[in-house]
Amino acid sequence: MSLLELDQVSLTFGGLKALWELDLHVDEREIVSVIGPNGAGKSTVFNVITGVYRPTAGDIRFAGDSIVGLRPHRITSRGIARTFQSLRLFLNMSVKENVKSATYGHTKASPPESILRLPRARREEREVDALAEQLLAFFGDRLQGYRWDQPAYSLSYANRRRLEIARALATRPQLLLLDEPAAGMNPRETHEVTELIVRLRDELGVAILVIEHDMHVVAGCSERVVALDHGVKIAEGSYEEVANHHAVVEAYLGRDPEALAES
Amino acid sequence: MHELLQTTVNGLTTGCLYALIALGYSMVYGILKLLNFAHGDLYMVGAYIGYFVIQWFGGPNAVSIPVPLLLAIMVLLAAVGVGVLGMAIERFAYRPLRDAPRIAPLITALGVSFVLENTVLLLFGGFTRSYSTPTFISFNSGITLDGVRIDSVELMIFGLSFAMMYGLHQLVQRTTLGKSMRAVASDREAAEMLGINVDRTIALTFFIGSAMAGVAGVMSGLAFNQISNTIGFLAGLKAFTAAVVGGIGSIAGSMIGGLLIGLCESFSASYVSSEYTDLIVFGILIATMLLRPTGILGQKALQKV
Repeated sequence: MSLLELDQVSLTFGGLKALWELDLHVDEREIVSVIGPNGAGKSTVFNVITGVYRPTAGDIRFAGDSIVGLRPHRITSRGIARTFQSLRLFLNMSVKENVKSATYGHTKASPPESILRLPRARREEREVDALAEQLLAFFGDRLQGYRWDQPAYSLSYANRRRLEIARALATRPQLLLLDEPAAGMNPRETHEVTELIVRLRDELGVAILVIEHDMHVVAGCSERVVALDHGVKIAEGSYEEVANHHAVVEAYLGRDPEALAES
Repeated sequence: MHELLQTTVNGLTTGCLYALIALGYSMVYGILKLLNFAHGDLYMVGAYIGYFVIQWFGGPNAVSIPVPLLLAIMVLLAAVGVGVLGMAIERFAYRPLRDAPRIAPLITALGVSFVLENTVLLLFGGFTRSYSTPTFISFNSGITLDGVRIDSVELMIFGLSFAMMYGLHQLVQRTTLGKSMRAVASDREAAEMLGINVDRTIALTFFIGSAMAGVAGVMSGLAFNQISNTIGFLAGLKAFTAAVVGGIGSIAGSMIGGLLIGLCESFSASYVSSEYTDLIVFGILIATMLLRPTGILGQKALQKV
């Protein structure tokens, strides 16, 4: 059984088919990339998985149970976390507070306990603190030390992307959805992201579904690649298979004029 | 000197009430970016709840239970009753419009304000009612410091207001609920994706903000002895001014703004003319808007990348 299964999922807005009869699965500890031209429906896939949109048809199962119709915070607490294509950090909070904010869905201390600093609240606070530090440490010296208490808006663009990943991990997911983690990064940073994605899987054991335009990242980390165009899956397989698939080439570059003339 | 101190005490008393109302304004604005114009009317409903509690326990001339107990029941019932009313308003009037353009909930808020004012008018009539506080709390109770009188109602207002503001500050800084409120205020969709129950967080924000307005209503009834279905309008506008002057969205700012507006009012009444009070207060609102739109403690809105 796969960790995540999309079974004939469709999403339509009026006559527009944003997704059409999409089958997609992610196994445990697997890294799958979703590629496709702009407007192909990649981010829409994330939005139906996380409950922002409810699919018009089809079923989405996570760890065997249907998650269709659950509200986003419920889906998160089942074990799916995501980052956003356009960064959505809490810019006025410190780096560490950003990471800790992802634990509020599962802390148990009541307001009086927290205000009076009773034992359970203190213990939880220590645990949350330790978790945040441990996750930030994952990014090497990038998000270390003095930066913890800096407001998030003081971070560079690349570090904001890293922080978003750290924050998503603090929800303790089994499946991590990364929406263009390398967007706006230089080649060196892009290479680091590729390594990071593999490390996240190897060391934390999470499965990862990643949307990415940068083919170095896609080639460097994915075990399987799924190509979408106009909300429909047009190819699936290893990176080489998909990258050379005629439908994918066509979706990105248009039809070969000579072939067009012959047909 | 004596008059100066007395004016200050009076100003701080009304200032505390404005601060309590302003806090609810500010919290709701912070989390939904909605100016909840019905907020002043919640204060009015609180004042009516307090009034009917007094009637229930024998009326002001023949209170059947010890006065401190009566006051505690008034405050508690107003807090819970108005808090629940605020939650209901959020649930049925604002939540369906959460993703609508911001003008829609704003106009709805004006509508809710009319509904509350006119419901109270229909149920209880348009005439002014009085708590008749002096008949069960003597004016001479309280303390005199250096010739400055602080009566026991004023003492209660100071004590309760500061306790509630301190409690709110602790709640926001320390508890998961408070931190969730900050996260939702910062980015609702991101907060939801991090496992925070957004609906619940917003509902509780309305409960807390409304409960404070309810308590302010009871205390103003005790202090000023005049309630009617329209008192919420002006109090709401003044509290709005306080929230803007202090920096809307900021909790400490609302407290400072509230106290400042209260002081302005009492000083202009004592030293200028009570007829100019509102002119001066709303002049300050306009000046703030022109010169420092973010208010005393407000932060510049950060642009999202």
